[in-house]
Amino acid sequence: MGKKGDENRNGPAQQHLDLSRMLAERGVTRRDFMKFCTAMSAALALPVTFAPKIARALDEVQRPTLVWLEFQDCAGNTEALLRAANPTVAEIVLDILSVDYHETIMAAAGHQAEEALAKVVREQKGKYIAVVEGSIPLKDGGVYCCVGGRTAVDIAREVCGNAFATITAGTCAAYGGIPAAAPNPTGAVGVKAAVPGATVINLPGCPLNADNLTATIVHFLVFGKLPATDSHGRPLFAYGKRIHDNCERRPHFDAGQYVEKWGDTGHRKGHCLYRMGCKGPETWHNCPSQKYNDKTGWPIGAGHGCVGCSEPQFWDTMTPFYRRLPQVPGFGIETTADKIGLGLASATALAFAAHGVISAFRHGDESEGAKED
Amino acid sequence: MAKPCLYEKYIWEVPVRVSHWLNFFSIIILSVTGIFIGAARTVALEPSQFVMGWVRFVHFVTAYVFSVSVLARIYWMFMGNKYAGWREFLPFLYRDGRRDMLEALKYYTFIGRKVPNPAGHNAMAGTAYLAVFLLYLVMMATGFALYAEHATGSFLHRLTGWQFVLFSNQGIRLTHHLVMWLLIGFAIHHIYSAWLMDVKERGGVMSSIFSGYKAVKAKE
Repeated sequence: MGKKGDENRNGPAQQHLDLSRMLAERGVTRRDFMKFCTAMSAALALPVTFAPKIARALDEVQRPTLVWLEFQDCAGNTEALLRAANPTVAEIVLDILSVDYHETIMAAAGHQAEEALAKVVREQKGKYIAVVEGSIPLKDGGVYCCVGGRTAVDIAREVCGNAFATITAGTCAAYGGIPAAAPNPTGAVGVKAAVPGATVINLPGCPLNADNLTATIVHFLVFGKLPATDSHGRPLFAYGKRIHDNCERRPHFDAGQYVEKWGDTGHRKGHCLYRMGCKGPETWHNCPSQKYNDKTGWPIGAGHGCVGCSEPQFWDTMTPFYRRLPQVPGFGIETTADKIGLGLASATALAFAAHGVISAFRHGDESEGAKED
Repeated sequence: MAKPCLYEKYIWEVPVRVSHWLNFFSIIILSVTGIFIGAARTVALEPSQFVMGWVRFVHFVTAYVFSVSVLARIYWMFMGNKYAGWREFLPFLYRDGRRDMLEALKYYTFIGRKVPNPAGHNAMAGTAYLAVFLLYLVMMATGFALYAEHATGSFLHRLTGWQFVLFSNQGIRLTHHLVMWLLIGFAIHHIYSAWLMDVKERGGVMSSIFSGYKAVKAKE
């Protein structure tokens, strides 16, 4: 995405593009384009009759400017987006966005690059889309992440605060992610927490699914507004269903067939990973239907339980990843809730048995019988 | 000294006894199915079977029965007789109640010899049941919140979803699991205390939960 050599890039912010011509130039047939539009209407949970509308809207698309900021991250979301095996229609659709700033892929560097960003904020206030990847540290004045001498929070306040909308790419930008895991040495938070006034749409995941980013942008291009979201700010079309409820291994769960040990018969047969600590029952994401790597695979499909990477504070709350329940605070890692419970029940039984023996041999208790009152 | 004249007094009304036994059976069924749901083992040979499905179905239906029973009992705290009333569970709010609690505690800890002899609940028992009712409410809130997760945005999800703002999803699961063990611990204590009081009070407390009557000394 974001080829900087496009000759139209110095034009006005909203520019008419001939998508059909662009697609033809890149050898994408009309049929492939229509297939993409149908897939997008499915991803957005729209009826199939929307496919022609999406095609028409994309044909007549105005060209919004996009800036991509990277803060405390591993660039994994950028990688997920760039490393697609073949140039897909999705990428070309993303190409029609004018990506004016992206540290990883832009040709410009240093002050020249920062000037490009400042120009977008100055000239297209309230019109551009900001994509943020990575968490924002707040501790000690935000010194733990600086770009061009400015702190991440300072940049985010300016860029996200003046954007039409901010899309957070990945869990770090959405909720702080791994940098925010306990003890959170840098005081990392997500964009919404760092810039409460910004319009933020969260696309968590580690990495985010590039299809969901495309679909969010297509939604914006087709309808001119952002998709409906849940209480965590995630679009409902992608995060409205639990992984567990769409999982290909769900029949094994309902039947009662579980992997009980890594590599056992059940594991080899593809049984349910619930017992191995799969967090599918507490994670909202469309992984089972969208999948990763050109829809070839996803964690549960590969025999590993879900770790709940699209949920807030997943590193702290979903661990241990290979156990159903978290560790009970104050007890050792090997002590499960059931061991503690069984110990509690046994101790109760023993204590009352002892009390009973003493009571049984105890004479001289004064019992008057209940008085009427 | 002539034995005081005892007579049968109607203490536990029908709703109290029905709710008690519904809770009894519900807690057993919910614990057994709940332990299986929490620590599932392979029990099916074919994916076309529906063992976990049925276990969960039984758990959910029983959860509704249990909730109706608990809510009905709470309603009866305001509508029933004084032995069913909410004051029985809050003895520490008034002077006599606090004295009775101390007496009962003394007896339980072998310090005093005077057996608590109330017509209804003794003050310590009433306080314990307050804690148990609170645990019931915790179980209902966390249980229905986890159950509603399958239907995002549903009425039940909106009714219980506030918990996910305050606590982590896994924390709610752990709470639902640990409170079960607390209730099992309570059940052990409860059966023991009922036996102890049946022996020591000689008021027929054990059979009173079946019949509703206790042997009570008539007022002189």
